[in-house]
Amino acid sequence: MTNKITKLPNSFFNWGSLTDDVMPLWMQETVKTIMLPIAGLLFFLFIWAAVAQNINTSLGEFPGPTKAFEQFQSLISEHNAEREKEVAFYQRQEDRNAARLAQDPSYQVKIRSYTGKPTFIDQIGTSLITVLTGFILASIVAIPLGIMIGLSKNLYAAANPVIQLFKPVSPLAWLPLVTMVVSAVYTSDDPLFAKSFITSVITVLLCSLWPTVINTAVGTASISPDLLNVSKVLRLKPMTHIFKVVIPSAIPMVFTGLRLSLGIAWMVLIAAEMLAQNPGLGKFVWDEFQNGSSNSLGRIMVAVLVIGLIGFLLDRIMLMLQRVFSWDKQAVLR
Amino acid sequence: MNATNKVINPILELTGVGIEFPTPKGSFKALTDVNLKIAKGEMISLIGHSGCGKSTVLNIVAGLLQATEGGAVLEGKEVNEPGPERAVVFQNHSLLPWLTAYENVELAVKTVFDKSKSKTEMKEWIEHNLNLVHMGHAMHKRPDEISGGMKQRVGIARALAMEPKILLMDEPFGALDALTRAHLQDSVMEIQKELGNTIIMITHDVDEAGLLSDRIVMMTNGPAATIGEILEIDLPHPRNRIELADDAKYNHYRQQVLSFLYEKQRKVEPLIKPTKKESSSAKQSA
Repeated sequence: MTNKITKLPNSFFNWGSLTDDVMPLWMQETVKTIMLPIAGLLFFLFIWAAVAQNINTSLGEFPGPTKAFEQFQSLISEHNAEREKEVAFYQRQEDRNAARLAQDPSYQVKIRSYTGKPTFIDQIGTSLITVLTGFILASIVAIPLGIMIGLSKNLYAAANPVIQLFKPVSPLAWLPLVTMVVSAVYTSDDPLFAKSFITSVITVLLCSLWPTVINTAVGTASISPDLLNVSKVLRLKPMTHIFKVVIPSAIPMVFTGLRLSLGIAWMVLIAAEMLAQNPGLGKFVWDEFQNGSSNSLGRIMVAVLVIGLIGFLLDRIMLMLQRVFSWDKQAVLR
Repeated sequence: MNATNKVINPILELTGVGIEFPTPKGSFKALTDVNLKIAKGEMISLIGHSGCGKSTVLNIVAGLLQATEGGAVLEGKEVNEPGPERAVVFQNHSLLPWLTAYENVELAVKTVFDKSKSKTEMKEWIEHNLNLVHMGHAMHKRPDEISGGMKQRVGIARALAMEPKILLMDEPFGALDALTRAHLQDSVMEIQKELGNTIIMITHDVDEAGLLSDRIVMMTNGPAATIGEILEIDLPHPRNRIELADDAKYNHYRQQVLSFLYEKQRKVEPLIKPTKKESSSAKQSA
């Protein structure tokens, strides 16, 4: 009895222990993993709606959540309409060609491709392809480079100033140089990729290289000296040493670098697309800005949220890959 | 040197071993004139205060450090690089955390018996060694899934699986609790009885040294540490810790080691280090 009395005032002031007493564990988990994030999002929507009402621009009132949602729906329906138009376009061609073939069997069929304007959804697809190309190319360069630098103290000392010099460079500074070099070097009558695509990919690559290089090098260099001694006592061959001891030991740091790199790649891409006029979300935002209709701000707001959402999803995908590949299952993954 | 250091036909011979480390303030002499002969099948303990260079001696034998004076000769060949014929059991197990117990031993077996054993022979040999340290039941677990004592058992299995000419153990049980340590000491005695390995073991523990060794090598304090005394433990194997606790001869040996460590080589370390200001003012007053 006395126990109960001394406990009551305690749990009265301590919310944590109050919930311990009242709520079963599964309910506490639900609150933590679902309710609290939803509450955070609702709070954000509330602030957004409240602030938006009070901002007036030359293009009208700043779009609130409702307006942005309307624009989202209209972007989707535009996309569907465009797809229907495309299907109809090819259907018409086929009908026409069939008719001509019936008249004149020697007629050579020509199919003209549809040249409609890319929709918002198409732009998302283009952006994803560009960012992944740049990021994968960057990783192919960065991971072996990082391992090499991490293995040798001398190489590390030599490479470090170069890395530190280029790491903070903004993509906007690279872009003009890359554009000029690509125009000069990439000349072909029948290019496999558009020049703007190559420019964006290279810019993304140059900016997203460094976090992976640095983290891989640090991960490789900070391998436990005990494990190095094990490798020496076993007289492991250099390749066995790298693949059995060094790389597994560096894997958690490599993934930290890859996640940072992918985040940077996605941010850089949007800026590059705006300036390089490469089709994609960045160009979409820029075009809407130039367009300046009463719907433009709402559409840009949709793009902003979609950019954020995709960035978040890309990070989650990397995290899942890390869970699959890393031996360190107990490490805290955030 | 000491009368007990006269070993005929030694497997390992340390002659005039010394080592100097370069430091920014000039070179630091850690060891000097270490002479030791070890017979095949002998179990030697190195004991001394921390920082006296026990690990340095072991690392020179392992080939992880190079002696700047003298050298170590194993079966007529000078030691100048690490190798599996001088397997090391490290203090903190040093298992590769991304491999299971089996795979950790496998890595060693594959490198050492690359050409001389077939796949099935290797598998049998790995399992045999894990069973020897009583880890057969958990051989497919990763280091983070097993206890500290079990990890150290796997570390011993890995070293034994290399069929080393000499087994080097660097405070192998230092990080374990007393009960686990006793279990592992029994395991080591059992294995040594079966295989007759030559072992050098570093320890802080007087009882451990007395229980396991044929000879206890006592080191003086650094800098320029060397072997102070060598004590032969003339007790029959197998030894039993409970019987030994009441054995007059054993207690006499124990007393001798304790007297070496705490009287002859007493390490005087002030509890509170004087600050610069105090020591300089002390100088002035003097």
